[in-house]
Formats: sequence, structure tokens, C-alpha cells
Amino acid sequence: MKSSLLRTALVAVALFPLASFAEDVTGAGASFPAPVYAKWADSYNKASGHRINYQSVGSGAGIKQIKAKTVDFGASDAPLKDDELSKDGMVQFPTVIGGVVPVVNVTGIAAGQLKLTGAVLGDIYLGKVAKWNDAAITSLNPGVTLPDAAISVVRRADGSGTSFIFTNYLSKVNAEWKSKVGEGTAVNWPTGAGGKGNEGVSAFVQRLPNSIGYVEYAYAKQNKMAHVLLKNQAGTFVAPDDLNFKAAAAGADWAKSFYQVLTDQPGKDSWPLTGATFILMHKVQDKPAQASATLKFFEWAYANGDKTATELEYVPLPDSVKTLVAKLWAAEVKDATGKPIPLK
Amino acid sequence: MAATLPASSFPEKDEVARTEPAGGPRPRVVRTPWADQLFAGLALAAACLTLALLAGIIISLLIGAAPAIREYGLGFLVHSEWDPVENRYGGLVMIYGTLATSVIALLIAVPVSFGIALFLTELAPGWLKRPLGIAIELLAAVPSIVYGMWGLLVFGPILARFVQQPLQALFNGVPVLGSLVSGPPVGIGILSAGIILAIMIIPFIASVMRDVFEVTPPMLKESAYGLGSTTWEVVYHVVLPYTKAGVIGGIMLGLGRAIGETMAVTFVIGNMNQLNSISVFEAANSITSALANEFAEAGEGLHQASLIYLGLVLFFITFVVLSLSKLLLARLRKGEGSRS
Repeated sequence: MKSSLLRTALVAVALFPLASFAEDVTGAGASFPAPVYAKWADSYNKASGHRINYQSVGSGAGIKQIKAKTVDFGASDAPLKDDELSKDGMVQFPTVIGGVVPVVNVTGIAAGQLKLTGAVLGDIYLGKVAKWNDAAITSLNPGVTLPDAAISVVRRADGSGTSFIFTNYLSKVNAEWKSKVGEGTAVNWPTGAGGKGNEGVSAFVQRLPNSIGYVEYAYAKQNKMAHVLLKNQAGTFVAPDDLNFKAAAAGADWAKSFYQVLTDQPGKDSWPLTGATFILMHKVQDKPAQASATLKFFEWAYANGDKTATELEYVPLPDSVKTLVAKLWAAEVKDATGKPIPLK
Repeated sequence: MAATLPASSFPEKDEVARTEPAGGPRPRVVRTPWADQLFAGLALAAACLTLALLAGIIISLLIGAAPAIREYGLGFLVHSEWDPVENRYGGLVMIYGTLATSVIALLIAVPVSFGIALFLTELAPGWLKRPLGIAIELLAAVPSIVYGMWGLLVFGPILARFVQQPLQALFNGVPVLGSLVSGPPVGIGILSAGIILAIMIIPFIASVMRDVFEVTPPMLKESAYGLGSTTWEVVYHVVLPYTKAGVIGGIMLGLGRAIGETMAVTFVIGNMNQLNSISVFEAANSITSALANEFAEAGEGLHQASLIYLGLVLFFITFVVLSLSKLLLARLRKGEGSRS
């Protein structure tokens, strides 16, 4: 009696996770889009009953996990180059767009008052422009009183997609930055103090007088930090907001490749520090049911998730890009026999 | 005659049995013969597991770090460049940061802890001893991230405003001292990390010191007092020699914690992988902080291997510290023998 009960319990324990895993989709990766993925997963669960588990472990770890096939999808803030993708037999597609915002804490400088160019921003982060009243800054800001104080440079200490967007932009607009430092989720920062995460950087900037840092748009907005205006490729000074992120995304040639870094895009409204975040999946799916559940989730999110994304200060993809993504799914993601993954 | 006494009616045999037992002890009733062996086996397994874990950790660190060890060898320890973009790595900045912050922490924490322990055991009035002792032990229970946040948000600005800026004004232009306090006045860097670490390890060192001071036999102390010694003389000539093993053990416990501390350090050290000034106010990095910050996003290959190599170095540093303390204790014991 006792042993038969025990056996039943064991069988139940062994079967239960199988039963639930068949429907559960797991993903891991970038922390930048984690809030919107979590919200989407929650609403999707209510709408369809399927569960999506997303672990925000960082882009690097996400790429590692999808390569090792321990998750159904990976997520990365920096897109993978096309040759790297094909080497591992993967596809990538963007989900949402976000912006990175330089913020300052200088007495008397309100949000949107300070104007900077990418070249000067690069020189500040190189340590070449070390004082707020340096001619390089004052000449861009006639009529603004800037203190004779050292600039405290703040940046991310941990590897992050935010740093990737920031350093990618500086590499495009500042030749010395490109040759000395380069771009990456973590770089060899020449100067400044590192904060851990967006919250670490915003804490530093808010506490340190005369500091400059960069954070995701949502952090800058929620903490009411003083953002700067940046000069874009077209030569206009723009403020970071949804429309300007969208303008940057519109300029990219998505039809050619999904490898699009949206920094320093043409267009007079483009915010230069814009970036999309990406999902990675294998082309050949060993578990078609899982792949189908994953794709259904993102299809649902494209159709119904724009409002949620906007509420969380992300920018939804333009409809043209969503159509391209749907084409990619149909053309590239197959099961082991080469049949496309059913979405219905 | 004796036969008539009632006592003699007891059988002779019993009397003998009562005074000197006939054989050995009563044979043990073995109900579960395997239990002893099982227990011994379990105890042995527990001991072996520790060794196996240690060996396993070392081996997996070695395997993980192998690409970096092959690439850089021991040169890793003396190169300061850490460039994930160009894929060039050297661990000098982090190793220096770990050692410098730990040394600063010890320099501050040992005298303070000694004072606390001395006060609690020799000077404090009875009603103050318990609450004060408990308060110090409570400090040890504060999570390290709280120290980190406090250090960043409260302590850092205070240090910058009331220590660094006056010092910079004072030593402006003085050759060595001037560069020792240079740097942006933000209150984060090696010195703040060292001070935060000191605050964190003081409770550990102080409570160990207090405990060992308390076990000094009162007779020894009272004899010394009786001969006219001052409190300091009693502590220095009687209590300290009697308890030095425990005192050194407590200091090593604190040092071990300081070397391995991650969260609090990463908040206040500034996380900068550059070694361009000797200033104690300059942002730097420590091994643990670099690991915590970079591991999640480190791609496979040299970056990850170099981080694991750093972990191996940290392991080695802790091992050396432990060995040195054992050696020191052994030497002290030897010296003790020759004096007496």
C-alpha cells in the first residue's frame, strides 16, 4: 500500500514537469528588453494560457545558452553579424527599439538645456575634454553658464547592450575613440567610474556633482534626469523621445539584413543613440512544437504588444519591419525535415 | 564463630563477585551491526567530499583558464591592459586593487578591533559589556550590499567633501603626497573600498579578539595587577602573549573576508581597469568586482578564460594568506618554547 502510493507519487512527479514543459517556452538573454518581455509573457499567458519564461541573464549569457540549445530563444541587445549567425545556423529578428540617453548632473543645467555633438561626447569619455567650461562645450552652448569644474565621467562597469550602442556611436563619430577604444558590450574605458547596471549609473550621476553618464531612456525619464541634446547626422540638435527613436529606425535598410545598428542614422529627426534588441533562434528546430509556441508568442506580441511596449518607454517596430520578420520565419525557420514551422 | 553471624549466611561466591568482577565488561549487545560502519563511512565520505570539492574547483578553474594561461602565462600577473575589444587581457589592475583595498582594510580594522576588544574585556563597566558586544556582533550580520549602497550614497560624498578636497588643497604641488590624493573628487576608489571593507571586517576581528581575551586565566591577570602592572602592561605582557594564536586567527578571518568581498567593493571601487596613478582616490578594480561585472556578458574564448584565470589568482592569494598565517603561528609557538 505504502509503496504503491510512493510509486504513484514518483510517477506523478516525473510526469508533471514533462506535461508542463511541452507548453512552456524558455528564453534567456538581454536585460534591456526584460521588462517588456515579462509584461508580454504575462498578457500572453492570460490571453492564450501558454507560459513563456524569460530569464534576464545578459546578452552574452543568452547567446551562449541559445548556442548550447538549453533555451528555445536567446535575446541580445547587439545584433550578431550575418556570418556569425549562419556559422551557428541561427536567425535573428528585432523586437523593440530603445534609446540610450546621455544625462548630466550640473548645477543650473536643466533637462534638454545642454547641447553636445558626438565628437565632443567622445572627447569627454576619452578624458580629453575634462572641464565643463572647456571651449569645446561652451562654443556649442552660447548663453549657458557652465562651471569651472572637472567632469566626472560615469559609465557601465558590467558588459551591456547599452554600452554597445553608446560605444558604437562614439566609434562612428570620433576617430580617436574608434582607434583607441572601439566598440563592444565591454570596452577598455580610458577614464571614469563604472556603475553596475542602469541603476548604478543613474545613482552615480544623481549623487556626483558635475557628472555625466548614459542610461536607457526609461531610466532617464523615470528618474527625471537632465538629458542632453545631441547633434545627429543631419546636423540638427534632437531630444531623446519616441518619435526620434522611430525616425532612426525608419532609416535602416531592414530588407537587406537584420544586422542593423541604429546609431547615427540619417534623417533630421533621428536620435543618434538608438538601437533595436534582438531575438535569436536556430534555423533547424529539433522540437517543432516548442519553436511553434515561441513564434506564436512573438507573432502575438507584434500584433498586440505595441501599447505595452510604449507604456514601458520602448518603441514598437514599424509595420514594414514586422512584415519582414514574418517572412523570415516562414522562409528560414524549419523543423528537422525541412518543413516550415506551423504558426496556426 | 563467624558462621553464626547472619552476614555469613551470604554465599561466599557473591561477595567475591561484588568486589572484583569476574570477567571483562558485559558483552555488548549488537543490535545493528552495520550502523557503526555506516556512520564511520558517512563521516569519511563527508571528509572526502570536501577534498574532492576542493580538487574539483581547482581542476575546473585550471581547465577554464587554460586558454588564457597558454596565451599569457605568468605575464598575465604583471600586465595592466584589460581590453575586451582588442581581446588583450592582463590582471595587474585587479590584483593590485584586491591587495591594496585589503591592506588598507587591515590597517584600519586591526587597531580599532583591538581597541574594541580591549575595552570590552578590561575597561567597560559590566552593564555596558553585553549591549556593546551584541551591537558589534549585529554589525557582522549586515548584508554586504547594504554596506555597498551606504558607501556609495552616504559615505562616498562625505569622504570626497571633507577628506579628499581638503587633502588635495593641502598637498597641491607636493610631489608624492600630491599625486597620492589626486583624482576627481567623487569619493569612490581604493580608499573608500578599503574603509568600507574595514567597517565590514571589524566585527569579525573584534569578536574573535574579545572571545580569546576573555579566556585568559584571571589568575595570570590578577597576579600581574598584583605586582603593580598598569592595564596596558597586563594586556601587552600577559593577555596578548597568551592569546596571540587566536588574535592572528581573527585577523586572518577578517583578511579572508576582505579579499573575497564582492558586492560592497563593486559599489565603491569605481570599476576602472586603468592603472594610471598611485592615488588612493582613483577609481580602480578588484578581482571579485571584475568577475561579478563582466562574467555574464563575457563571450566565450579569451575574455572568459582570463576572468577564470583571475579567479584562480584569487584562489592562490587566499591560499598564500592562509599558509602565511599558519607559518607565522608555527614560528610564534617555537619562539614560545625557547623563552620558557
